[in-house]
Amino acid sequence: MTAFLIRRLGFAVITLFAVLTLVFVLVRIVPGDPAQVILGDQASREAIEALRERLGLNLPLYHQYVVFVWGALGGDWGTSMMTGRPVIQEVLNVLPWTLELTFLSLIIGVVIGVPLGVAAAVRRNRFTDYAARIGSLLGLSFPPFVSALLLLLAFSIGLHWFPVISAKSGSLSAWVESITLPAINLGLITAAYITRVTRSAMLEVLQEDYVRTARAKGVPWTVVVWRHALRNALIPVITIIGLYLGILIGNSVLTEIVFSRPGLGKLIVGALNQRDYTMLQGMMVIYTLVVVVVNLATDLTYGFVDPRVKFK
Amino acid sequence: MSITSKTPVSLGPLSPKRQMLQAVLKAFNANKTSWIGLVIFLVIALMAIFAPWVTGQDPLEQDILARLKPPTEAHLLGTDYFGRDIYSRIIYGARLSLLIGLTSTALAMVIGSAIGMIAGWYGGRIDTLVMQVMDILLAFPSLILGLIIVAMLGPSILNIVIAIALTSIPPFARIARAPTIALKEREFIDACRALGYSDARILIIHILPNILPEILVMGSLWLANAIRTEASLAFIGLGVKPPAPTWGSMIREGFENILDSAWLVIAPGGAILIVIFALNLLGDGLRDAIDPKLKDEA
Repeated sequence: MTAFLIRRLGFAVITLFAVLTLVFVLVRIVPGDPAQVILGDQASREAIEALRERLGLNLPLYHQYVVFVWGALGGDWGTSMMTGRPVIQEVLNVLPWTLELTFLSLIIGVVIGVPLGVAAAVRRNRFTDYAARIGSLLGLSFPPFVSALLLLLAFSIGLHWFPVISAKSGSLSAWVESITLPAINLGLITAAYITRVTRSAMLEVLQEDYVRTARAKGVPWTVVVWRHALRNALIPVITIIGLYLGILIGNSVLTEIVFSRPGLGKLIVGALNQRDYTMLQGMMVIYTLVVVVVNLATDLTYGFVDPRVKFK
Repeated sequence: MSITSKTPVSLGPLSPKRQMLQAVLKAFNANKTSWIGLVIFLVIALMAIFAPWVTGQDPLEQDILARLKPPTEAHLLGTDYFGRDIYSRIIYGARLSLLIGLTSTALAMVIGSAIGMIAGWYGGRIDTLVMQVMDILLAFPSLILGLIIVAMLGPSILNIVIAIALTSIPPFARIARAPTIALKEREFIDACRALGYSDARILIIHILPNILPEILVMGSLWLANAIRTEASLAFIGLGVKPPAPTWGSMIREGFENILDSAWLVIAPGGAILIVIFALNLLGDGLRDAIDPKLKDEA
């Protein structure tokens, strides 16, 4: 167990370093001098030099790299080139918005996807199965911003059930109004993924000998399916949910843009448009942190779901 | 394999080419939805190739007097903010979407499969290192990575292709690696080694054909993904530069007038959805047919 943990942690640290280096290189190979971009074409040479010095751009590359990595590890991701506030503060400001949306949609996805996937596997090649398969395939085919726009058109612009632009959440009802459509949008797409994985995992498990044994000794079918089979099918499902996180993050960016919701998505698009390099660096670091932590958590979850996993 | 014992024995030996063709047909027939997906996709591809014959209108021609007109007989899907015909913009837009999707998927397929086969063939340290790099790439949000690459390099067709290809390499590496590991223990590969064939020759001539079906099925599914990523990048504003029509940028432009002109986003949105759904139907059906795990089920 300890050896397993140490190996996984080591891998997480290596990943983090690799991505930090990649970010550093990517940001430096961009054409154009950031100081020039910030100050505009009219700026004097002295002003540009002064800004370069303040941003640390005049230091040798290896020095910049050490400063960058050291700072990133200590939580100092520099200040945003546009707003002048610390990057970490800007990120933390909007992080709760993205987190609540992502968690809610994961819950919606699991609540819809797991039962649907089990039902489809149990009634393989019958109506339920076909409906679940076509439905989930359709869900997978929707680019998240297209489905978001359709929801917006139907429920905000057509039926006026929800505001077109999510207001700042003050009261509970305002919060519900602002998060319902984005969460449904992301939740349904997530459910489509989970349905498919659950179905194929269940199909495999249902062929196992112990399922037949359980049936033969008279265990009720529902107990076999939901207790014996599903529990064993959950491992691949959890793996996929962990892997799916990257897609979920991308989808949440698009959803946030359509519903004009504050969050990491709007922050990163704003930073891209304004060429706010320090902000982009910071966002890459936080995305990497999230991915690494969730992958670690996914590995650890196996042990709770399946006691046989000894963390080799 | 038991599957071969169940199939009726054909009269006389078949040439390798006929055998391949039969295997492909069988995969398609195992799941009728594959046919539907293939036909829809081919129809759209043909419409894109023969765009000037499919629509008489110029996708770039502006008609200020006919701005934001809802669908009529003259403009089947209405007109946009500049009075351009949306139907012809969608048909011409398919060219760019399919071009970017196909080239980036082909690129990812070639590079990814090569990486996977090499990792699987040599094993050991190389394998561990390569696959861990792939895992990192796989775990990272592909849209964010694509977004940053395109933003850094500039939104040209080539850069968009590079960004999408880079994010879709890991799945191909994975799908090529596993069967390579299984195949390298087989007798016919031992025979190749005994004959002194080079590694490259064994990999390309003797292993690749055996794992090609899986790679191609994966390709159809990732083509769908590539088209979706291209549209998403364009929607964010990192698409091919205007006025060239792409579906994602059409939706982006239409989004500004969504309150009173819903067709501006519904029409290109529907086009994206149909293409991706068709490709998913195609790839999903084929994957079911060639997946050895679910093959023998009654």
